[in-house]
Amino acid sequence: MATQTISHRMLAKSRRFIHWLKKPQVLMGLIMLFMMYYMIIIPLYRMGETSLTWQAKDLILNPDVEVGKFTLFHYTRMLTGVLGQIYMFNPLRHSFTIAIGATLISLFIGGSLAWLVIRTDMPGRKLVNQLALIPYIMPSWTLAQAWVVLFKSRAVSGGTPGLFESLVGVTPPEWLSYGPVPIMICSALHYYTFFFLFVSAALMSIDSNLEEAGELMGASRWRILRKITFPLVVPAILSGFIMTFSKVLGTFGGPNILGTPVRYYVVSTMMRGSMSVGDKSDGFVLAIVLIMFSVITISLNQRLVGTRRSYETIGGRGFVANVSKLGRMKYFFRAVVLVFQILVIVLPLGLLAISSVMLVDGQYSVSNLSLQHWIGPRGTGYNSGEPGVLLNPHVRQAAWNSIRLALWTALFTALIGIILGYSIVKGRGTRLSKYLEQLAYIPYVIPGIAFGAVYIAMFLKPVGPIPPLYGTFALLVIVSVAKHIPYSSRSGVSSMMQVGRELEEAGEVAGASVWRRFIRLIFPLTSPGFVAGFLLTFITTMRELSLIIMLVTPKTQVLASKTMFYIEDGNDQMANVVILILLAITYVGNFIITRFRGGSLQKGLGL
Amino acid sequence: METLITIKNLTKRFGNVVAVDNVSLTVEPGAFLTLLGPSGCGKTTLLRCVAGLEDPDGGEIYIGDKLVFSYDKGISLDPGNRDLGLVFQSYALWPHMKVDKNITFALEIQKMEKEEMQERVRESLAEVQMAGYEDRYPREMSGGQQQRIALARMLAYRPNLFLMDEPLSNLDARLRMDMRAEIKRLHHVAGATTIYVTHDQIEALTMSTEIAVLKEGVLQQVDTPDNVYHYPANLFIADFIGNPKVNLMDAVVDGKRSVNLGKFNLEVETHNTDGEVVVAVRPEDISISTEPVPGAIEFNAYSVLPSGADTTIIAHFEEIEITVKESGTCRVNMDDKIWLKFNPETLNLYDKESGLLIGPKNT
Repeated sequence: MATQTISHRMLAKSRRFIHWLKKPQVLMGLIMLFMMYYMIIIPLYRMGETSLTWQAKDLILNPDVEVGKFTLFHYTRMLTGVLGQIYMFNPLRHSFTIAIGATLISLFIGGSLAWLVIRTDMPGRKLVNQLALIPYIMPSWTLAQAWVVLFKSRAVSGGTPGLFESLVGVTPPEWLSYGPVPIMICSALHYYTFFFLFVSAALMSIDSNLEEAGELMGASRWRILRKITFPLVVPAILSGFIMTFSKVLGTFGGPNILGTPVRYYVVSTMMRGSMSVGDKSDGFVLAIVLIMFSVITISLNQRLVGTRRSYETIGGRGFVANVSKLGRMKYFFRAVVLVFQILVIVLPLGLLAISSVMLVDGQYSVSNLSLQHWIGPRGTGYNSGEPGVLLNPHVRQAAWNSIRLALWTALFTALIGIILGYSIVKGRGTRLSKYLEQLAYIPYVIPGIAFGAVYIAMFLKPVGPIPPLYGTFALLVIVSVAKHIPYSSRSGVSSMMQVGRELEEAGEVAGASVWRRFIRLIFPLTSPGFVAGFLLTFITTMRELSLIIMLVTPKTQVLASKTMFYIEDGNDQMANVVILILLAITYVGNFIITRFRGGSLQKGLGL
Repeated sequence: METLITIKNLTKRFGNVVAVDNVSLTVEPGAFLTLLGPSGCGKTTLLRCVAGLEDPDGGEIYIGDKLVFSYDKGISLDPGNRDLGLVFQSYALWPHMKVDKNITFALEIQKMEKEEMQERVRESLAEVQMAGYEDRYPREMSGGQQQRIALARMLAYRPNLFLMDEPLSNLDARLRMDMRAEIKRLHHVAGATTIYVTHDQIEALTMSTEIAVLKEGVLQQVDTPDNVYHYPANLFIADFIGNPKVNLMDAVVDGKRSVNLGKFNLEVETHNTDGEVVVAVRPEDISISTEPVPGAIEFNAYSVLPSGADTTIIAHFEEIEITVKESGTCRVNMDDKIWLKFNPETLNLYDKESGLLIGPKNT
């Protein structure tokens, strides 16, 4: 009798468990949890493990240690003495200098643009709004490369002069040509879009009644701005700060083009240096330190904002804000903004285009015009004998790889976004939902270059059922998808929130299976979010460099990495052609997708 | 087709909050039962448990003689297998489907013939007086129309049990009145057992055959609207139901048929209790006079609020405040002397300590 009740109880318990497991949000959530465990946790663990154990390479310096045993050797080596100065502390200081500088400049540019566009009567705001997003679509190092064309210093790189020197006849000072100043400026001109988007959204969501209430009470305009508007925008600013800071901290392209020639190393370029000479554990120590700093900065910021992810709470539109009258100043502001946008968008592209049709760089004369770098034949003595870009099989391969990579990544990311959004929103309040949300957030705090490093650690050897993936195209897709998980989960959550749970429950009550609910209800209802996520991922993957620079092999080369290798080989003009092609593909992709389904960048960022 | 619903010891927790606390309830076949209570009382959660959208932490639910949920046996049928329809607060019409697709969605799952589906669409739209709206998208209709379509969607697949979760709360006052009549009519015609959730006592009183009052997840009273209104089982219900609110006065029993309110005594059957009690009287059960009447008590007209059909008078007698409702326009001015007369039959007596009804009880 007693045993019978016990077995009954066990049976009921197992039935309840199966019922729980069969819930779509639980099943999908568990699959996502498992996937993220492999894509995020294990690689991080492997990296930590590698940095804390003796490696085969260490036998050269320490012949009698046992490979695989615990050691702090790599840390003491990288964190103390002269080596520590060179490998760790100088690059770290440089990285922070650049990140802080670039973030402040971005704040100024993005914040002012947002205010002008949203809250003033400046003419042509709509156009400004559209143009403001273009620098984000361009690869971050486009500006750096254009900067070199303009301010190239013969004192540093030798060879031919830059356009500036050719026109003015004066060699630009080194601090203007290379090093922290140009890196900061070029990074800021790319990353200000975060501030622009976040602050715009926040300004848009402020009910002008709040400000009018202040006005009625007799507060001055400045006082209202300071006491009412500003505090309401602070969360957006801090969100932009986090995003920009952590992005710049992990950026590789700009510092490699503008810093490396003058031995101004930042953590990302130093890490790549260590990795490429085979010092994996040293690179990992750098990566871990970089991740730690990134985590500290971000959590510090979030403590200041008060919520864990404040940028989620901003957004939402609807209020018609009252507009500040600029009076006659509005034409002045319009002119300033216009000049700025020309400088940031048209000038760099123009410089790259001009440079790409010069046979020999730096000789600005009509006789020097040539299409050699575009369609020149093989073995001409230019570009290490490589044929022009359009005839170059390597470039064609890279272009195909880029498009493939961007499409696959965008597809998986958007899909994972919807599934994650579904599991998180539908399971709100459960532990599974909380774990998913937290786990999905991790890649956000890992700078791109470090994330790439993490993946080297993981996939050199087989992991569980997964074969060693180093050198495969699949690895590039996996790392790109993994890095995008925070964004995809965020936009997935926001589009699921918009759908609301009742729409799906109505289908459930009507007797529709999970499959039917997804096909007939959830996918159609979330398709704007899906397209937006797809678009954002497509663009960011197309121009992603930091993340994959250490993972590409000659066979899996993409356009972005190809550019960097051409630059490093001194074939700058070919690199410029490749950048232009990369941009063209990105724009065309962007155009097709927005035409196709009305997706937008803002939606992809969950705003 | 009329179905008996039996809920036994149902419990649902969210973390540490007990949303539904050991509720047992029987809904008679063909009944229109309203779950009534303030927001957060667990009424919607209880409904969602019946629908199968929440997993309770204990208890059993039968729909007809089918056991659809049992914690102890580990049984939980999917909502689609419980033979019920649910109208959501937000209507939950699928915005990407036209009206006819919204209605046929469930029918397609049942693999119904095309002609029959079309017939069902026509029928159910006619039933909610929305014939001819097949080709509209939900966003092309007003809130009231969407509400009707949501009803039609449920009617079309003819479930044995209708569930409605505050279906009228998003409509304006006027539309709400119309829809109350419509829903009551639909229930009358279809005859399906209905469980209806609302926080609006007027809705509950006007539409239901039975009302179940919930507070903090605990069932307070299940009874006919008339009994819930006239014989509230405890002070919470007495206070929650009725507009304007019931008058609650502290008193001490000082005889077999008398309670003392400090300033005056009231005649009432005291059911052999003694000690402290609370006297409850509905505003419309007090008669008002502008002249002294035998047995009436003199009050001051503190505020007079006419509203056409009736007039509400707030009367003061030192610290005692009484709300009186008179039908029609009342000739009382503010600060007039008025005389209030209490009818012993209409006074309810509650135990001060427990808040439970002492009497009179409905027979």
